[in-house]
Amino acid sequence: MAAGQIELFLQTLIAGFLLGGLYALIGLGMALILGVMKIINLAHGDLMMVAMYVAYVLFQFFHIDPYLAVFIVAPVLFILGAGLQKFLITPVLKVESILPHNQVILTVGIGIVLSNLATLIFKSDYLSIPVSYATKAWYLSDFWKGSPIELSLSFAWSVSFLIAIAITGVLWFFLTRTDTGKSIRATAQDVDAALLMGVNVNHMRMLTFGLGSALVGIAGCLFIPIYYLYPSLGKQFTNIAFVITILGGLGSIEGAIIGGIILGIFESMTATYIGMGWAPVGRFAVFVAALIFLPGGVASLMKRRSFVSIK
Amino acid sequence: MKMFRPFIALALLALVPLLGLSSYMMHIFILVIMWSVIGMSWNLLGGYCGQVSFGHAAFFGMGAYTAGIFYLKLGVSAWWGLPLSIATVGIFSLVFGFIVLRLRGPYFTLATLAIGEVLRVTAENLQGLTQGNLGIMIEERTWITKIWYYYVILLMAACTFFLIKKVIGSKLGYYFVAIREDQDAAESLGINTTFYKTVALCLSGVLTGLAGAFYINYMGYIDPQVVFPLYDISIVTVMVVMVGGVATFWGPFVGAVIMVVFSELIRSIPLLGEAHQTFFGVLLIFIIIFLPNGIVGDIKKLKRLAGIRSA
Repeated sequence: MAAGQIELFLQTLIAGFLLGGLYALIGLGMALILGVMKIINLAHGDLMMVAMYVAYVLFQFFHIDPYLAVFIVAPVLFILGAGLQKFLITPVLKVESILPHNQVILTVGIGIVLSNLATLIFKSDYLSIPVSYATKAWYLSDFWKGSPIELSLSFAWSVSFLIAIAITGVLWFFLTRTDTGKSIRATAQDVDAALLMGVNVNHMRMLTFGLGSALVGIAGCLFIPIYYLYPSLGKQFTNIAFVITILGGLGSIEGAIIGGIILGIFESMTATYIGMGWAPVGRFAVFVAALIFLPGGVASLMKRRSFVSIK
Repeated sequence: MKMFRPFIALALLALVPLLGLSSYMMHIFILVIMWSVIGMSWNLLGGYCGQVSFGHAAFFGMGAYTAGIFYLKLGVSAWWGLPLSIATVGIFSLVFGFIVLRLRGPYFTLATLAIGEVLRVTAENLQGLTQGNLGIMIEERTWITKIWYYYVILLMAACTFFLIKKVIGSKLGYYFVAIREDQDAAESLGINTTFYKTVALCLSGVLTGLAGAFYINYMGYIDPQVVFPLYDISIVTVMVVMVGGVATFWGPFVGAVIMVVFSELIRSIPLLGEAHQTFFGVLLIFIIIFLPNGIVGDIKKLKRLAGIRSA
């Protein structure tokens, strides 16, 4: 392989890895909600779109940097998510109906309303936030003069990636080390047993939906410096989130992180070697491949390995 | 008397063109009948078999594109698309079903959501075959008046109605309902659930594909945004059935009337026109919370409510 090809390959790999970190954050929110509520949240991407518009408004009117906006957007999305859960999804859980997946259809309805309200308010134009560091990048040749290949690392992408890693760490700490986090995991494992142990299941569901929404909201803020926003971007990210959950294993937190990174790298490769427009098809190919060859997702592989090591 | 109800309805509908309605009113009637065909076929899969699909645009668009591509490449009449689409959509749903029907409930829903998007992107990018975003235009219309189109779609609707009635009354229909009610129980009774779910998907897909093939003949033009959209086809299909009545024979028809009239009315109001999907979303949320089985399914509940009010 010529140096140019290696360069292209490595550059694509880096871009994919950074993208994957952000995808992992989106997948995490979905996996949390899926694990606790046992429903797929098809409004996930639309919640992210809402977060991006909130950050956009904050920037336009108060000149708040998208990265700082995380501290405002996350609580806003938490309240939005918890409210949706309390006032719309919980009532539907009790309704008797022929179709078993009413809550899933309900989330579609929520998604439609959110994305269309955004169209009404902001029009369907493509928007972006003109941050000063959007085009800033580090080059390999700056550090290593005699480098045979040239690689660059975008500033905005790297910062977003690092924040995503930090958030994931905080979430892991919350879920494994705090009482509330343990209650959430208990609810995910067995609702009845959690109830018997004195966990307020309905409260945990609300908390989880809020937390999942806040996570995807943070992901939205991190995407702003490197992406543009438009009202219907939600669909695409809902698709991404669910491919990650299938790839990672249903409701598995670790699986969602690994699944996100795999998908990020794969999409980056598709975009470089096949063409930008084919990304949804590539995503679907990953999805189908995961179903056929790895129905339990990455989580099932990890389980198998840990099982062996215990024995 | 109840037995003859479909025949009476059919006879009344056959007399509609004699009223001498305007071309626009005939258009509305044709759309209503077309949507009830799509609704009925969705109902077979979603209502009776319990497999909620958010990707019926995939079958619809595939039917339309089958007719369009054969017209474009071989110069045969686009009406040949009706029989040809049975083959293409049938094979497609067989393969698609074989892969994704291993999934249950919400995961199947997600897979269907993705396939619609995938086909849209494919149609946009395979320009050699589909002319991409340029779309396919049928140069010569078969009939100038809308009356003959009306009779064609009415015939299709009648066939669909009686076919579905026959299927639901047969052993196959009982298998479908058993799968919807409890897949594990159905499997333990010796029903090959994956096989029968695939049968339901194929039937539903082929009927929707026929409606798509009719659509290109009637409208004379298709492009990927017209026949593969998520909201305007896939979700409206779900709503036609949800509003009308899940797992009822008349539900899709009632739903089609409401949805078509409702959307035409809203679109004709200036300013609100852009927001028509918001209304759909709100309607969907409302229906799921208050009338989870649709208007026909919850007719008793509605009558009771009306009775209380009049008393």
